Amino acid sequence: MASILNGDGGVIGDDEFYDHLSPRGSPKPPMPWFGMDIGGTLTKLVYFQPRDNVQDEAEEADSLKIIRKYLTGNTAYGKTGIRDVHLEMSNQQIRDRTGSLHFIRFPTCSMMGFIDMAKSKNFSSLAKAICATGGGAYKFEQDFREHVDLVLHKYDELDCLIKGIHYIYRNNHAFECYYWKNSANPEQCEKVPFDFRDPYPYLVVNIGSGVSILSVRGPNDYKRVSGTSLGGGTFLGLCCLLTGCETFEEAIELAADGDSTKVDKLVKDIYGGDYEKFRLTGDTVASSFGHMNNDERRKSANKHDLARATLVTITNNIASIARMCAVTEKIDRVVFVGNFLRVNTISMKLLSNAMEYWSNGTMKALFLEHEGYFGAMGCLMEYMTTRFIHDIPA
Amino acid sequence: MTDESYAKSIELPTELQFRNLKTARSFAIDIGRVDKEDEMECLIKGCNFLFKNIPDEVFIYQRHGSPEYKFQGVDHYVFPYLLVNIGSGVSLVKVESESKCQRIGGTSTGGGTFWGLGSILTGAKTFDELLELAERGDHRTVDMLVKDIYGGAYSNIGLPGDVIASSFGKAARSPKDSDSKKISEPLFKEEDMARSLLLAISNDIGQIAYLQARLHGLKKIYFGGYFIRGHPITMNTITYAINFWSKGEIQPLFLRHEGYLGAIGAFLKGEEEDDIEKYSWGENFACSSSLPSPKSSKLHMGRLRSSMQFDSLELDKLEKSLLPCPLLLDSNSYHPDTVDLTQDTPARLYWIQCFIDGVDKQKQQAIKSQATSSDVSERADQFKQIYVQRLEECRSNPCAYGSLTVRSILDMCNQCLNEFQFTDSYSQQKQYENEQALRYLESRLAMLDDLCWEDQQLELVTGMLTGNVFDWGAKEVVEMMEKEKFGFIEAQKKLQARPWLIDDFEKWKLRLSEGPTHRCAVIFCDNSGADIILGVFPMARELLRRGSKQVDLVILEGMGRAIHTNFYAAFSCEVLKVAVLKNKWLAQRLGGDMFSVIFKYEKPRKISVGDNGR
Repeated sequence: MASILNGDGGVIGDDEFYDHLSPRGSPKPPMPWFGMDIGGTLTKLVYFQPRDNVQDEAEEADSLKIIRKYLTGNTAYGKTGIRDVHLEMSNQQIRDRTGSLHFIRFPTCSMMGFIDMAKSKNFSSLAKAICATGGGAYKFEQDFREHVDLVLHKYDELDCLIKGIHYIYRNNHAFECYYWKNSANPEQCEKVPFDFRDPYPYLVVNIGSGVSILSVRGPNDYKRVSGTSLGGGTFLGLCCLLTGCETFEEAIELAADGDSTKVDKLVKDIYGGDYEKFRLTGDTVASSFGHMNNDERRKSANKHDLARATLVTITNNIASIARMCAVTEKIDRVVFVGNFLRVNTISMKLLSNAMEYWSNGTMKALFLEHEGYFGAMGCLMEYMTTRFIHDIPA
Repeated sequence: MTDESYAKSIELPTELQFRNLKTARSFAIDIGRVDKEDEMECLIKGCNFLFKNIPDEVFIYQRHGSPEYKFQGVDHYVFPYLLVNIGSGVSLVKVESESKCQRIGGTSTGGGTFWGLGSILTGAKTFDELLELAERGDHRTVDMLVKDIYGGAYSNIGLPGDVIASSFGKAARSPKDSDSKKISEPLFKEEDMARSLLLAISNDIGQIAYLQARLHGLKKIYFGGYFIRGHPITMNTITYAINFWSKGEIQPLFLRHEGYLGAIGAFLKGEEEDDIEKYSWGENFACSSSLPSPKSSKLHMGRLRSSMQFDSLELDKLEKSLLPCPLLLDSNSYHPDTVDLTQDTPARLYWIQCFIDGVDKQKQQAIKSQATSSDVSERADQFKQIYVQRLEECRSNPCAYGSLTVRSILDMCNQCLNEFQFTDSYSQQKQYENEQALRYLESRLAMLDDLCWEDQQLELVTGMLTGNVFDWGAKEVVEMMEKEKFGFIEAQKKLQARPWLIDDFEKWKLRLSEGPTHRCAVIFCDNSGADIILGVFPMARELLRRGSKQVDLVILEGMGRAIHTNFYAAFSCEVLKVAVLKNKWLAQRLGGDMFSVIFKYEKPRKISVGDNGR
């Protein structure tokens, strides 16, 4: 792999670049070590729990202890906060400490509850500032200052996303990246690890509430090439309106049992079979929700079918836009991330199949285990390297 | 992809008439009968046909423009282009020539998705009801905007705060919400959801069209199908999306007859044994329906006011193929009309009122021309009704029939008259005037022959101008002609004294005395009365005497030919533009008065380096 130029004009090697979680000479930021990504729908937290020095724990500040115990002792927080235990990364070396990375999420609409929690756990006695990325870093900046006396240091969400992907992949490469083999065939379809150690160039399709598409050609070389407002928020929003469901999990469960062909108009509904001239098989969706203007058809479609059709529509649209971006950018590896893919194998298989079919097998859809946490991870990395840490409270 | 049931059930333009002017054969084509395998071919055929034959087919939509529609004129280099056909789904077709096209992509989120999802989310029964709901709605209550996430813009990547980050993103309920709110109360207004849906789909189509155009290196994107239907929000959203992604490099192009492409193509396929290239086609405004106004809050106001229950397009066939005049300096940049009434509001209001004021006179003349016919007054009433209705519509919605000019209004008037079998209201009048003028011709010629050469030239020009004073289309003149004994001498007295408003006579005389003989002249003039007989014939005789043959002089005589159109037209040969201003308003606007004279002599022009790129 190529070396890159650092900001001072000197050449640094990849290893050094990847080790910037442990830069030499700069003081350590105060505990607790957090990265927070405040998205449109979900807030993602990455929390580092040092485990190398039990002695330390005895000496740590009371409030730090309370926070550690609260976060690591529970898997659910309040009504809506969840720790994704299966994603925990142990034995991580950050600066001179070894410990575990914990991955926690809660709905952004519960942000005020989170701020209250930070207040009750006396967070501001530990740090004057915390780091955040995502749009909420801007939106909630004032709330953090007024309610908990915390300054928010804001980082660009796309910078954080790319940094986070690189860190997590590098430290979990045996398990992190995978693809779906035989995605066209439900019975033979299986998850297969993918060696992503030589990643460049690749396309990242980050599916959160909306979608951002970035082309990445080197550790510091990326650009946002496209995006669409039809994303995870659209899926959930439409599902709530169409089925009365309330959560993403519920929507996905509904979709799992649904049949979208009761809702969508297929090529064979119009042509009686394949439309060979244009290489469209009879099962290709010609018009999403195309049957639903018909009263009879509308009555016979249940909420499972509607949820499935919504999922298929949104997913296929993302696949189509992502594929065109990949062709334009001349990139054949497309990495899909974001919380839309959580517990959502239907979409992952659809994306895999669409990429493969329309590219005649030259393009590959890749997925990462830590789906929606890369922004928060990147944010934690920014925290570890930022200079503001000089003003640590006593 | 379009399909039969879709086209039929949304009561869309399913009727299209082609009319052969000579044989009065009419064809009506039902789009549902189009063979599916040929669908794409028909679509492209229809599209190419419209581009070639309807000058005001293509327009761009400018939300803040005045007017909102900007017509593009005939594009002589139309290929290659991308046609985005939005039916229930969307097909994207790359068209490289009349015979070469290829479907390069598509998306299933199209008109059917809007209608299908809209039917579940709202109580709208029809496609148009759904569009009307969308027009009233506010998507910001349903969509998550960039500023909902950021509190403002995401300036790092240049996303303004108003950009939609997640369509329907606010409809995603969190469990916390549902605790506090009763499920029974509807959280979102149906018009807001309809709006959000329309924006989501329009944006998506715009983005996909842009991505495909870029992949295939296409600079022109046309939108056809049944989805847009002249709907401003849709066009604005598609335009916004394509401008946003292409950074302003690609302007999406919309079609006035987007819904007829397939039907026209099917007709042309059927007519293929007749060589279609031999004919020209023109839009008949008397029978075609208009584009909805971008300002009207009710989408179909224009249509409800018209007597028709459905949209229609009628094309008249001419048994000749119309070609650009080869003497034009640059036929590609030639634009005949002097004033665009869609843009010049005072001029539009004046002319429309002027034509409306004259309508009763026209009706009477029409009745007079066929006095013996039993249903003549009935037909004349019908003429008046439809003509006035068209004029009124153009007053408030200038782009209703493409670009609006004095020429197009005159055409429209004739088409309305023809529609009720009034082929030439002035035929008797013309015959009478021709007889009168012929009686005077001999003495006029003798008088001219007695003059010295210089006086002769001035008298020839003055004679042509005098002939042009007689005009049954100018109300001031008509009043004079009706009141007094109004002969050639009286008309000549009305002429402005020299120097004329535009007075190139000295240049013209110099040209005649010092330049070589004109080999051949083409004269565009009025077809009867003193105009041609006493004004143009003597001039023609003079040119013939000098021995003219291959065309190197064009004479444009009369207001319609030299003022309303061609005033700025450049020719590759010499040209005389000759007219008397018989309309006070227009004369004053040009800085003159009633009977001011335009006598413009122009030398042959050459394309300068600067004009080359046009």
